[in-house]
Amino acid sequence: MKYFGSGHGACPGCGLPIAVKNVLEAIGPCFVANSTGCLEIISSQYGKSAWGVPYIHSLFENAAAVAAGIEAALKALGRTDEGPVVVFAGDGATADIGIGPLSGMFDRGHDVLYICLDNEAYQNTGNQQSGLTPTGSNTTTCPAGKLMPGKPGPKKDMVAIALAHKVPYVATASVAYPKDIRRKAKRAMEFEGPKYIQIHSTCVTGWGIEGKLAIPIARLAVETGLYPLVEYENGKLVRVRKIKKRKPVEEYLKPQKRFRHLFKHPKGHEIIEEIQRIADENAARFGLDVE
Amino acid sequence: MMKVVRGFYSVAYSVKLCKPNVICAYPITPQTEIVERLAEMYANGELGDCEYITAESEFGSASILVGASAAGARTFTATCSQGLILMSEVLWNAAGMRLPIVIVNANRSLSAPLSIWNDHQDSMAMRDAGIIQVYVENNQEVHDMIPQAFKVAEDRRVMLPFMVCMDGYKLTHAYEPVDLLSQELVDSFLPPYDPPVKLTTKDPLTFGSYATPATYMEFRAAMHNAMERARKVMDEVFKEWAEVSGRNWGGHIANSGEGAEVYVIAMGSLVGLVRDVVDELRKDGKSVDLIKLRTFRPFPADELRKALSGASKVIVFERSLSLGSEPPVTLDVKSAIQKLDIDVYSLVVGLGGRDVPRDLVKKSIEEVIDGKVEPGMHFRGLKDYEEVIV
Ligand code: SF4
Repeated sequence: MKYFGSGHGACPGCGLPIAVKNVLEAIGPCFVANSTGCLEIISSQYGKSAWGVPYIHSLFENAAAVAAGIEAALKALGRTDEGPVVVFAGDGATADIGIGPLSGMFDRGHDVLYICLDNEAYQNTGNQQSGLTPTGSNTTTCPAGKLMPGKPGPKKDMVAIALAHKVPYVATASVAYPKDIRRKAKRAMEFEGPKYIQIHSTCVTGWGIEGKLAIPIARLAVETGLYPLVEYENGKLVRVRKIKKRKPVEEYLKPQKRFRHLFKHPKGHEIIEEIQRIADENAARFGLDVE
Repeated sequence: MMKVVRGFYSVAYSVKLCKPNVICAYPITPQTEIVERLAEMYANGELGDCEYITAESEFGSASILVGASAAGARTFTATCSQGLILMSEVLWNAAGMRLPIVIVNANRSLSAPLSIWNDHQDSMAMRDAGIIQVYVENNQEVHDMIPQAFKVAEDRRVMLPFMVCMDGYKLTHAYEPVDLLSQELVDSFLPPYDPPVKLTTKDPLTFGSYATPATYMEFRAAMHNAMERARKVMDEVFKEWAEVSGRNWGGHIANSGEGAEVYVIAMGSLVGLVRDVVDELRKDGKSVDLIKLRTFRPFPADELRKALSGASKVIVFERSLSLGSEPPVTLDVKSAIQKLDIDVYSLVVGLGGRDVPRDLVKKSIEEVIDGKVEPGMHFRGLKDYEEVIV
């Protein structure tokens, strides 16, 4: 059996299996702790597990701590040669409800690779707002209405939070760039201690797109500068994916239902400008543009 | 080796002898010194190949042990009160995943109002989680109970978390002479943990699946069956302990077996006092006896029914409430003896660390014997107070 087999029940076009398969391919046999969420639901039904590696789903908010426990047990039992410990957790599990245990795991320096599968909302339960939902996005708990034009405020900066914990390897990735995911997962394993990779992962239903557009749209997030692909080693920015001709954010927003209201709402224009400002800021901060 | 030690030490030393692989905790009064003693042992290299982790919260602590236990480690934590409640989501999960984590709970009341003192409301709130619960009378009993807890929890017929409940302050902070166990004795009694299944890349398994309505119920029924089987396993283990240690603490309940008209049921550190009072009353010719309730989950209904078969009245000293119903121990006692014609007196005492003086215990029992009080639930030791309804 493969590490993450066929037979999972993800929606066609979902980014999660792409992210998971590429990470596992890169690092080989390992221990997986997975928080409650889409990935768990599509892969761990009793009697139909899609996992070819030892896998534990515990709760929504404690995958980081469960992974820390596995790591500690392997150390105590002298079984560190069996493979690394990896967490797959969604954006809500990471940035909201599970941030306490995640901070604890970072802080204690457990040798764990933490992958945040960032599809920018609670997608398993039908697209509710999380701390990683981007500005202006329409979700069922920050719906676009007369008063509120979608998600107010910015996306939580988990990369900065990981860096503030002195996590030795921190990176972002995107399902549109699987080779890059594999390289980063491999590179991460060269560091001892916690490692954090946040992978932008398409959700066809939550974002309101067709399956065949999943990858092109994920790529647009990078090409507009909204999802910069960056890599930090020991706190230093060592690599960024440069953008040849940065595209305007409208190109990314327009094809997605979750942003469509911005093109009609009286405040929409202002918000699109704000989103463009975020992209420009990213470009300046990380030097995304090819001169 | 007889030594005068505090309750924390009697726990920590016993845990060390059980050679756990992972210990994880977060400090909380009055449990803290248990983990402080363990941390000290760890710092001094006395815990062998054990990993000791100070978690960022009790929630994290229980979660770390879920991972560790699933990976095949023998695991221990100690907590109490708000900490236990903060762990509760994880502990339900640990029980459902059949992970034999051993927990010492230094019983403490729950907020609000905030109180750091002792009663049993915290552990009683975990009643239905699928965790074995035993209440100890003194620091020797808690010392002896820990190897037994691991042995029962890790038995393949059981595989459930085991919570040893000891009264906060009253036991944790008390100095008592304790006959500290030897490594040889514990080694001969408790084999290393050899889980039937574990997370390993050599044989990849999926833990914590989700279950559809077609399968969920069977998992829960299996847990219930495991709790039922735990009764027998506990009987075996308690008996074996009496043989190897020379100390017989009884079974799920402990009583004199002499028979009486009135029985008093008590748990935890209150037992010693009640025993004293009951002895005195017997000397005065009253037909009264004590039942020490050791196990609360699984609840020893058969044993109680048998012990109470000749009684006409039973007093339950309760240290917790089930707001809007009867207190938890009373409910189980009543259900155990429903077919017997026995009046039940549920006397709630000592909430939030309120002192339970000898006179109060004596007077309360006498009132029942003398028929001066109606069956049912009564607070004892409650002051006059005015309830302001705004
Ligand atoms: S709902 Fe979204 S995240 Fe969940 S499986 Fe479908 S596409 Fe993937």
